[in-house]
Amino acid sequence: MDYKVRVKVNHVNFFYGRVQSLFDIKCDIYDKMVTSIIGPSGCGKSTLLRLINRMNDLIPHTRIEGQILLDGKDIYNPKVDVVEVRQKVGMVFQKPNPFPKSIFDNVAYGLVVNGLTNRSYLSGKVEKSLKDAALWNEVKDRLGKSALTLSGGQQQRLCIARTLAIEPEVILMDEPASALDPTATLKIEELIQKLKEKYTIVIVTHNMQQAARISDYTAFFMLGKLIEYDLTAKIFRNPSKTITEDYVTGRFG
Amino acid sequence: MFKPKSRSIEKIYHWVFSLLAFTSLAFLVGIMLILFKEGLPIFKHVKLFSFVFGQAWYQTFDPPEYGILPLALASIMVTVGALFVCVPLGVGSALFLNELASYRVRSVLKPLIEILAGIPSIVYGFFGMVIVAPLLQETLNLPVGQTAFTGSLILGIMATPTVCSIAEDALGFVPKSFREASFAVGANRWQTLTKVVIPAAGSGISTAVILGMSRAVGETMTVLMVTGGAAVMPNSFSSFFAPVRPMTSTIAAEMGETVFGSAHYSALFAIGLILFFFTLLFNIAAELISRRFRVKLGIGR
Amino acid sequence: MRKKINQSLGFFFLSLAVTVTIFFLSVLLYFIFSRGFRIISWEFLTAVPRKAMTQGGVAPAIIGTLYLTLGAIIFSLPIGLACAIYLCEYTPKSFVVNIVRISINNLAGVPSVVFGLFGLAVFVKFLNFGVSILSGSLTLGIMVLPSIISAAQEALLAIPQSYREASLALGATKWQTIKKIVIPSALPGIMTGVILSIGRVAGETAPIMFTAATFYKRGYPKSIFDEVMALPYHIYALMTEGVHPAQQKDIAYGCAFILLIIVLVISAVAVIIRGVQRSKYGLQS
Repeated sequence: MDYKVRVKVNHVNFFYGRVQSLFDIKCDIYDKMVTSIIGPSGCGKSTLLRLINRMNDLIPHTRIEGQILLDGKDIYNPKVDVVEVRQKVGMVFQKPNPFPKSIFDNVAYGLVVNGLTNRSYLSGKVEKSLKDAALWNEVKDRLGKSALTLSGGQQQRLCIARTLAIEPEVILMDEPASALDPTATLKIEELIQKLKEKYTIVIVTHNMQQAARISDYTAFFMLGKLIEYDLTAKIFRNPSKTITEDYVTGRFG
Repeated sequence: MFKPKSRSIEKIYHWVFSLLAFTSLAFLVGIMLILFKEGLPIFKHVKLFSFVFGQAWYQTFDPPEYGILPLALASIMVTVGALFVCVPLGVGSALFLNELASYRVRSVLKPLIEILAGIPSIVYGFFGMVIVAPLLQETLNLPVGQTAFTGSLILGIMATPTVCSIAEDALGFVPKSFREASFAVGANRWQTLTKVVIPAAGSGISTAVILGMSRAVGETMTVLMVTGGAAVMPNSFSSFFAPVRPMTSTIAAEMGETVFGSAHYSALFAIGLILFFFTLLFNIAAELISRRFRVKLGIGR
Repeated sequence: MRKKINQSLGFFFLSLAVTVTIFFLSVLLYFIFSRGFRIISWEFLTAVPRKAMTQGGVAPAIIGTLYLTLGAIIFSLPIGLACAIYLCEYTPKSFVVNIVRISINNLAGVPSVVFGLFGLAVFVKFLNFGVSILSGSLTLGIMVLPSIISAAQEALLAIPQSYREASLALGATKWQTIKKIVIPSALPGIMTGVILSIGRVAGETAPIMFTAATFYKRGYPKSIFDEVMALPYHIYALMTEGVHPAQQKDIAYGCAFILLIIVLVISAVAVIIRGVQRSKYGLQS
C-alpha cells in the first residue's frame, strides 16, 4: 500500500447535538482511486462524506472532534477558509439538483462565483466539462435551455460536469445513482471509471454490487463505526470480520 | 486555480442583514415607547382609575372628562358581536371547503375568498354606511341605522374571509390518516368531522378566531363609519341597537381636532397604548395556541 | 338513521355558511360596482375636483394613492427582504431568531390606527416631515413590513436546501449563494407577497389620516413634503365632511369603485402568479 494518501481521516468523532454519530473514524483515502463507503442506513456513511467538504457546517448544533487532512492540511483548522476547501473537494448529491438556470449557466456557475467570467474561457471550459461528464453530445445544441428540461440521468451527469468544471482534487458522491433508472446508473458508473484517471473519488452507496463493480477500496460502516476498510476485492471475497461478511453476502442490511 | 476571496464582504453582508432584521424589533419597541411617551402625560390630568373606569368621555367640555369605559365597552360589544358573525360563517365556510367542496369548487372558492379578504376596510365602512345602516334602520325601526349592531355585522362579514383562510389552513394540516382511521371503524363523514377532524384542528381554529378578534378590535375605518360615534355608556341590551363609539374610531375621529401635546392628544395616545396591549395579548395567545397545535400534530416549524 | 339525519343537517349548515358569506360579499361588490360604474367617466379619472367637490374628477386622489403606495414599498421592501434573508439564510442563534420572529408577528397585529399615531408622533412631529407623502409612506411602510417579511420568508423556505448545498459545494460563498441562487429562485414567491402587500397598502386609511392625507388640495403634489389626497381617505371625507352630501355620495361610490378595482386586480394578479408558480414547481397549495 504505497499509494499517495489524498485525504486522511484522523480519529474523527461527530455529534448531532448530544448524539454521537461517528466514533473514532480513522482511514486513508488514496489518490486517483475510487473508494466506496457501504453500510446499512443510518450508519454514518453520508455523515462522514459530508465532513470531507465541511457540508455538515450547515447543520446547526453539530460538532466534530479529530482531524480531516486534505494533502496533509487539517480542513477544520479555524484558519482555513471553508470556501477553499469546497473548491478542492467537490460533491455530487443523491438527488440530481441542477439550479433552475440554463445548462450552460449550471456548468459555468462554479467558475463564475470563483471570479472567472471571461466568456470564451467559460465556453471552452463548459464544453470540456460536459464532454468529460459524457453529456456533451446530448446537450450541445441546447446549452441555453433550462437544466430542468433534462432527464434525471442527464441532470445527474450535469451535476457531475458542474463539479468537474472547477477541477476539484476530490469528488464526493452521495449515492449518486440511487434516484436513477438502471440505464442511467450504468452511464454514471462508466463515467466514474473514467474519472478516476484524474480525480480521487469517494462514493457512498447502498448498492453492494455497485461498490464491488466500481471501487478500488471499500469501507464498511455500522452504527457509526468503521468496521473494516480494505481493497474492495478483499472486502467482498475474503473479509476479515464475520459481520462484514454477513453484510456483503446480504444476510442483513 | 482561483484567487482567494475576501471574507470581509461576507461579514459586511452578514452585519447589514442582521442590523436590518432588528429594525422590526426596533419598530415594535419604538411604537410602544412613543405610545408611552405621548400617552402617559394624560395621567397628570386624570387618575389612572378614573381614566380606565370613568364613565364619561366629554373631550369638549370644560373641564373635559376622559373616562374611556364607554369606549372600551363599545369596542368589546362590537368585537363580540362580530365574533357571532365571523366564527360561524368563517369556520363553517372553512369546513365546507375542506370537507364538502369538490376539487373544482374549492379551487375557485379558495382564491376568491382570499381575494375578498383584501377588500379595504374603508369600502366595507362605506358599504355599511350607505346600504346596510339605512336598511337596518328601516327594517328594525330604529331611530338611527348606525349602531353597535351594524358595526358588528359589517365587521363580522369583513373578518369572515380572514377567519376562513386561517381555519382552512389548520384543517389542511390534519393528517389524512386520522380520517381514514375514523372511517375504518364505521363513522360517517359528519361524525369523523365533529369527533376527529375538528378536535384535531381545534387549536388551529382557535388561532383563526383569535386573530379574527384581534383584527376586529383594531379595525378603525369600518367602525368609524357605521357605529354612529356616540360616546355613551351602554346600559342595557338595547344599547346594542344604539350608536356607540369604540376606541379606534375615537382616535381616528378626534386626533384631527387636538392640539399637539394637549391633554386630549395624550388621552388619545393612551387609548392607542391600551389597544396596543390588547392586540399584543391576542397575538401572544394565538402564538401560544398555534405552537401547541403544531406540537400536537407533529408539524415542524 | 339518526346518524344520517345529523350528517345531512350538519352539511346543510356548512353549505349555508358558505352561501351566506358569498351572498354578503356579492351584495357588497354588486352595489359598489353597479352604482360606482355609473359615476366613472374619463373626466372622473383624469380631472381635478371642481365646485366644492361636487364636480370634476378624483385624479389627484388616484395619483396620491399611487405615490403613497410606491413610497411605502420602496421603504419596506429592502428592509423586509433583508430581514427575511437574515432569518432564513443566516440561521443565527435560535433565541435571537425567536425574538425577531415574535416581534414581527406582534407588529402584524398592531391596529392600523396605532401605526397612524406612531407616524404622527415620530414622522410628522418629531422629525418634522409634516403631514406629507413622506410621513404617510413611512407609516404605511412600517405597517406593511411584517407581511412583506413573512411572504419573503415563506418564499425563501420553499427553495430546496439542495440548491444551497450544491452552490456551496461548488465553492460559492454564502452571499454568492443567496444572490445568485436563492433570491432568483424565490423571486416569484417574493413578488406575490409584495403585490398582495401593495393591495393592502393602497386601501389603508387609518395610518394616513393624520400623517399624509387631506380632503382637498389644489392640483397635484409637487414634492414628498406635500400633503396629498388619497382614494381611501377621500371616500371617508366625502361621507363625513363637505356641504353637499348627496353629490358627494355619488363621488364616493366612484372612488370606492376605483379603489376596489385597483385592490382586487392587484390581489388577483398575485393569487394567479402564485397558482402558476405552484403548478410549475409542483408544490401543493
